[in-house]
Amino acid sequence: MFCVIAGGGKVGYYLAKELIEQGHEVVVVEQNARRVDEIEADLGSIVMHGDAAETTVLKEAGAERADLVVAVTGDDEDNLVICQVAKVRFHAGRTIARINNPKNAEIFQKLGIDDTVSATDVVLSVIEQEIPRHHLTPLLRLANTDAEIVEAIIEDGSAVAGHRLRDIKLPHPTNIAVLIREGNAIFPEGDTPVLIGDHVIAFTTSQNEAALRQALLGG
Amino acid sequence: MFYVIMGCGRVGARVASLLSRAGNEVTVLDLNPSAFSRLDPDFAGTTLVGNGIDSDVLRRAGIERADAFAAVTQGDNRNVMASQMARHIFRVPKVVTRIYDPLRQETFEMLGIEAISPTVIGADKFLEILDPSSYGQAETNPQSEQG
Repeated sequence: MFCVIAGGGKVGYYLAKELIEQGHEVVVVEQNARRVDEIEADLGSIVMHGDAAETTVLKEAGAERADLVVAVTGDDEDNLVICQVAKVRFHAGRTIARINNPKNAEIFQKLGIDDTVSATDVVLSVIEQEIPRHHLTPLLRLANTDAEIVEAIIEDGSAVAGHRLRDIKLPHPTNIAVLIREGNAIFPEGDTPVLIGDHVIAFTTSQNEAALRQALLGG
Repeated sequence: MFYVIMGCGRVGARVASLLSRAGNEVTVLDLNPSAFSRLDPDFAGTTLVGNGIDSDVLRRAGIERADAFAAVTQGDNRNVMASQMARHIFRVPKVVTRIYDPLRQETFEMLGIEAISPTVIGADKFLEILDPSSYGQAETNPQSEQG
């Protein structure tokens, strides 16, 4: 595969290095002359000095026969224009743009860029995995036992919403103690339904927390 | 008419001031708050500090109800990106962009962006005075054949 990489910063440099190691043909286009020398000293003469947003520079880099043009400069607007010039003027196979503002993903897609990569989005998605969207909050650990009181809020889309308590499969041992519904405490029985918006207060063990979350909130 | 002008340099400030003086509603955007000192002392429009390639900033500037948008910052790529957002995302009826690089101007006209190149206009004006016989040939400038 032949890949033109616009931008020889850290992302561009390591991308070029990895692609070369995998046996691909690579040209890096970089605006800063000193940076060009550094990359050349390290990776050989695969680097070109110039502004990749300029038609003549992209042409010289070989954009016409590129399977892939990747724009990884630090500026979203430059990456957009580089990919558009590659598409419109040189019909480059595929274009990938690095973006800083995650909101630009949708905008770039509408403007014809095949793919975008946002470090901001990647970090965000990792953070979101760490924080479960559906919360089961431990309220109180009972003395030195592993028994605890937890609270779960039944949200729209929960598998148990509308079901009677007796029909909900709970991990053993678990007791549903109270449902808080619109500010009132309900001491439920087997045929009491669980509704969206209910705060479910339960006794369980710390080992059962994940299973209880799964049972009540699904996820 | 409601105009959003991105970039308050000499051209942006002049366009914004004249539009405002003619009784139009104008919002002018710049990254640098001191740029607004270039505006007419009696400029009656709104100034907004922010980056016009950020869709949130464009929304704050009122782009969704703008009748026209002009991008006149120093950066060709920034102008081109903001203009495409104005035209294709926010559906502003009239959009015009300044592009210094004549080669890029062609590319963006291919993408449906109306672009003004002060480089081309300036060179034409000089030629018109310096050598009127070569003036008409500016259209077939060999450089524009490249790429």
